Order: sequence, then structure tokens, then C-alpha cells
Amino acid sequence: MVLLQGRALAAERGWRLLFRDLSFELDAGGGLLLNGPNGSGKTTLIRLLAGLQPPLAGRLLWQDRPVDEDREGHRRRVAYVGHQPGIKPALTPGEQLAFEAGLQGVPAGRLAAAEARFHLTRFRDLPTALLSAGQRRRTALARLVLSEASLWLLDEPATSLDAEGEASLWALVEEHRAKGGLVVVASHGAVPLAGVARVDLAQFAPAVAPA
Amino acid sequence: MSAFLALSRRELLLLWRQRGEPLIALAFFLLAALVFAFGAGPDAALLQRIAPGVLWASALFAVVLSLERLFESDHAEGALDQLALSPISLPMVVAAKVLVHWLGSGFLLLLAAPLVALAYGLPWALWPTLLLTLLLGTPSLSLIGAVVAATALGARRGGVLIPLLALPLMLPVLILGVTAADAAAAGLADGAHLLLLGAALLFALPLSLVAAPAALRQALEAG
Repeated sequence: MVLLQGRALAAERGWRLLFRDLSFELDAGGGLLLNGPNGSGKTTLIRLLAGLQPPLAGRLLWQDRPVDEDREGHRRRVAYVGHQPGIKPALTPGEQLAFEAGLQGVPAGRLAAAEARFHLTRFRDLPTALLSAGQRRRTALARLVLSEASLWLLDEPATSLDAEGEASLWALVEEHRAKGGLVVVASHGAVPLAGVARVDLAQFAPAVAPA
Repeated sequence: MSAFLALSRRELLLLWRQRGEPLIALAFFLLAALVFAFGAGPDAALLQRIAPGVLWASALFAVVLSLERLFESDHAEGALDQLALSPISLPMVVAAKVLVHWLGSGFLLLLAAPLVALAYGLPWALWPTLLLTLLLGTPSLSLIGAVVAATALGARRGGVLIPLLALPLMLPVLILGVTAADAAAAGLADGAHLLLLGAALLFALPLSLVAAPAALRQALEAG
């Protein structure tokens, strides 16, 4: 069953057209891998799928229903981990995750599972400002364990992760897909996910006007 | 509601962890009041007369100084994206952030105001009115400030833009606060002025909870 569908999507950033006529379909358990050179619009497409930004043209549909007709419902199905993952430097990972759990209304019992998954226990009580980039990334990804969202939007999720962290990340994504969840990953690196569709954003870049 | 409490708790925790910032606003408030005193000279009667105005003007400057931190770091760190995608609505985000902002600015200044009143030799009879005006008026400053801070998000010189936009919008609150104190000083009833300050608060509350979320949404859409 097709859950998420993009039809002839176009987006701009700062008056510059990034891509146009981009269409895709994602089934339950499906995965979409976004490739493309820097500045081709991967992050913009991910923010557009999250409903944070409206498309310039085209439609985004969830079960054949336009997403902008039900923004409330859409944001409940989305979990987004971006370049700037919204981790407060003055809080510890433990406090950050406890806040997320409270915000999402998730039982606090899930916190231990989230911390164990990305091995946060060693640094859970240190202020995030003192953590390495990889440790911050782990904290941001641990939120996915708390989330009940069905559509995961991951923008370069493996940045600064070590091998063990990457393994945890992709295992978690595969578990999510096995349960029928959807994932969209923007990445330059290798993404070891089975059976994902690929979209190369460079193919949807607007034609350069003849000189 | 539980999401509102979770966010308020996080904001309080951040206020405590970064307590240097409200303390700087407090120090600025006291220094500004001191500067006015030096500017006015040693005439005790004059100092008494201008005390409410000085208190209010200093409070206005101190609150404006603290506005940039209201949304800026959440925006830059991506926390605003996460809040926009969470079950809490943007008006509730603004409400929680304004509430804690007030505790770290207006309320803190209210606690320090007696120091200034003492220094200016303000007659005891005027203290209740003056403190009441600050209690009723400073929440309006935080509410108006939230709209301005949200509007300035993403602007290249947000820190400079905020005072320019905020001060004129906050002037009516200052005028109501000072005239209430003046009425009390002239031996008149101050009730009507206090009611007007309360009305300003009731006006600023829904306005802020509509306008600030709209400005935040704009900032999110700009990426």
C-alpha cells in the first residue's frame, strides 16, 4: 500500500529553484535514499516532507490525502533528525531525552531503552556542551527510539558516528521498517539499507538557461 | 497540557543553567537606574518625583536586552523544528517560553525594584502602587517582546533590530505604569490606571499568542 507520495514536487531556496517535477512513492516499510551534490536540495526536500516548509509546486500525499489538509496529523507521524538536531548545549543527554519523552507523552520507561540503544549511559549526565560531535549525534538519534512516528526523516544521520554507532543506527532503521515504518535518508555516504529506492536530486535540477 | 509542563520545566532548567543571562539583565537594570540618578543630580525632591519613570524606563531596557535569547538559540540549534513537529502547538510553545522569560526578566526586576526605590527615596506610600504596576505591566512586556523576537528571527542583525522594534511597542505600557504612580503621588485613586494596565495585559496576551506563532512559522518556512 502506498503511504507517502510526492507528485511533481518543486522547491526553492532564496529565490533559487532547487528541483522540480520530483515524484516518488513509499510503501509501508519502504525506504527512500536521497543522493545529490551539495546544494541540490536534499535538506530542503526533507524539511518539505516534514511539513516544515510548503512545496513551491506539486503535492505531498499521505494515503492519497494532501498533507496540508491535515498538518496536525502529519506532524504526529514525522520524526526528523536534521543537521542541527535541536540538542540544547546546557542540558545533559539524560535531561534532553527526559524532556522529549515528556513532550511526546511517552512513558519514562522507554528512556532506559533509548539510552542503552546508543550507549549513552557513560555520558548521560554530562552537559552536552562538553560532548563530542558523535556523542551529540547519538543523543539526537536516541530520540528515534522514543518516537512513535511512522515516517522517519534523517538528514545525514551517520555524520560523526563511529562504526558501532552507525551499526546501531542502521539496525534501528531496519527494525522500524520491519514494523511497517517509512524512512527517508539523505546521505553522501554508503547506506546499508536493503531494498530502498534512490532519488538522485541532480536529475531534477532545473535546466540551465542557455547563455 | 503535559507537553506544556515538559517545555516549561525545560525552560526553567535552562534559565537556571544559564543564570548569567538574567543576572546580566538585572545588573543592567540597576546600572541604568543609577545612570539616571547621576544624570538628574542630587536634588532629592526631583529624584523622588522621577523615581517611577526611571524604574519603568530601566525595566524596559533590561527586558529588551533579554529578548534575543528567547527564540534565537532554539532556532539556530534546530530545537524550534523539533517543537514544531511535536504534539505541542506553537501558541503553547510561545506561552511556556514567555512565562519563563518573564520569571527571568520582569519578575526578577520586580524583586530588585525596592533597591532602586530605596535609593531614590521613594515615599513608602507609593511603593504598593509602583510594585503593582510592575507586576501587571512586565508580563505585557514579555508578551510584546515575544512577537518582536519571533519576527526578528533569521534577520541578519536581529540583536540590533529587536530594541528598535520593541521599544516603541512597549511605550504604552510604560506610560500606563508611570501615570498610575503619578496619580498615587498626587493623592488620587490609582485604580483606573491599574485596571488599564490589566487591560493592556489582556490585550497583549491573545495578540502575542497569535502573532508570535505566525512569525515563528515564517522563520521555520525560511529554513
